[in-house]
Amino acid sequence: MILDQVRPGQELPSLAHDVTATTVVLGALASRDWRPMHHDYDFAVNRNGTKDIFLNTPNQAAWFERYLTDWSGPRGRLGRMTFRMKGSVFPGDTMVLSGTVRAVETDGTGCGWADVDVTLAVAGDPKTTCAARIAIPTSDDDNPWSRRGDRWRP
Amino acid sequence: MGGPLGRRDRRPPRRRGRGVSERSELDEVRALIGVRQYEETADFPVERGYLWTSCASVQNANPLFWDDDLATELTDGPIAPPTTLSLWMRPHHWSPGHEGERLALQVHFDMKDRLGLPEAIISENTITFHEPVRPGDLISYAQVLRSVSDEKTTKLGTGRFWVVDVEYTNQRGELVGVESYTAFGYRRGA
Repeated sequence: MILDQVRPGQELPSLAHDVTATTVVLGALASRDWRPMHHDYDFAVNRNGTKDIFLNTPNQAAWFERYLTDWSGPRGRLGRMTFRMKGSVFPGDTMVLSGTVRAVETDGTGCGWADVDVTLAVAGDPKTTCAARIAIPTSDDDNPWSRRGDRWRP
Repeated sequence: MGGPLGRRDRRPPRRRGRGVSERSELDEVRALIGVRQYEETADFPVERGYLWTSCASVQNANPLFWDDDLATELTDGPIAPPTTLSLWMRPHHWSPGHEGERLALQVHFDMKDRLGLPEAIISENTITFHEPVRPGDLISYAQVLRSVSDEKTTKLGTGRFWVVDVEYTNQRGELVGVESYTAFGYRRGA
């Protein structure tokens, strides 16, 4: 994909995933987050007062990254992500990631950018939103990963 | 909250002493703006096994992380998925000589303590990605207070907003990423 193919208002293909206890525990341990509310049902329910264990934030960031680079391809390079947490995601939930391109630009160094608003929702209820800025090649020869120092302004 | 789980500071947190006005405590806190605190280096170097475990946890098929030839072409060799940034600074669940509690985002808890604000929420969290992290890198971080607002009243109560950055660097001192946390510390409304 190159920047010319990206337009403001464009919708990304949505991604649905059925969350299980394994999803939550694997995600927590993969991000080295040992806190019990991400693997211990009894702790989550009786000490934290939540209905079950729930997805941790770093693992959600990994889901957002996967969602964005499924769309951009491997030359897409994440620059920035801003998260707002609204609710928790539990085993038994089907989470759906959806995204819309908010803006497209080329910065002063010639780097192409897409600003994408991504929502992770369960049954239509947004649980986490992510405002992402991802570098997209401006041509078949362009590779945002080759940018360093002053030529990379995320 | 997605903060790094840094080691608990070795110094005891400062407490507001009797007879010290809130104003001078605020001045002292504001003097810390821009100062690097709690610098630490990871327990272990970046390793590829964790990269694949992270990709597996979200079924990330990005060939950049699975195809070495493509990684050589695009990124001059294998790199870590950008969102694994905080992973490298998370201490082992247990290690010899480090028993006891380890707190996340120490500067944030210092602020609550020093400003006497018992409650706090993180209202926004931004990660900015710089130089890629590579297998074999040894990552360090430091926490930097960026700003403290004047007193404000929200529906939660009265208190102050502050911004804490966690700056991640590699063994060459190159910036690899920044996590920025905006918090509101407050006293509940009467």
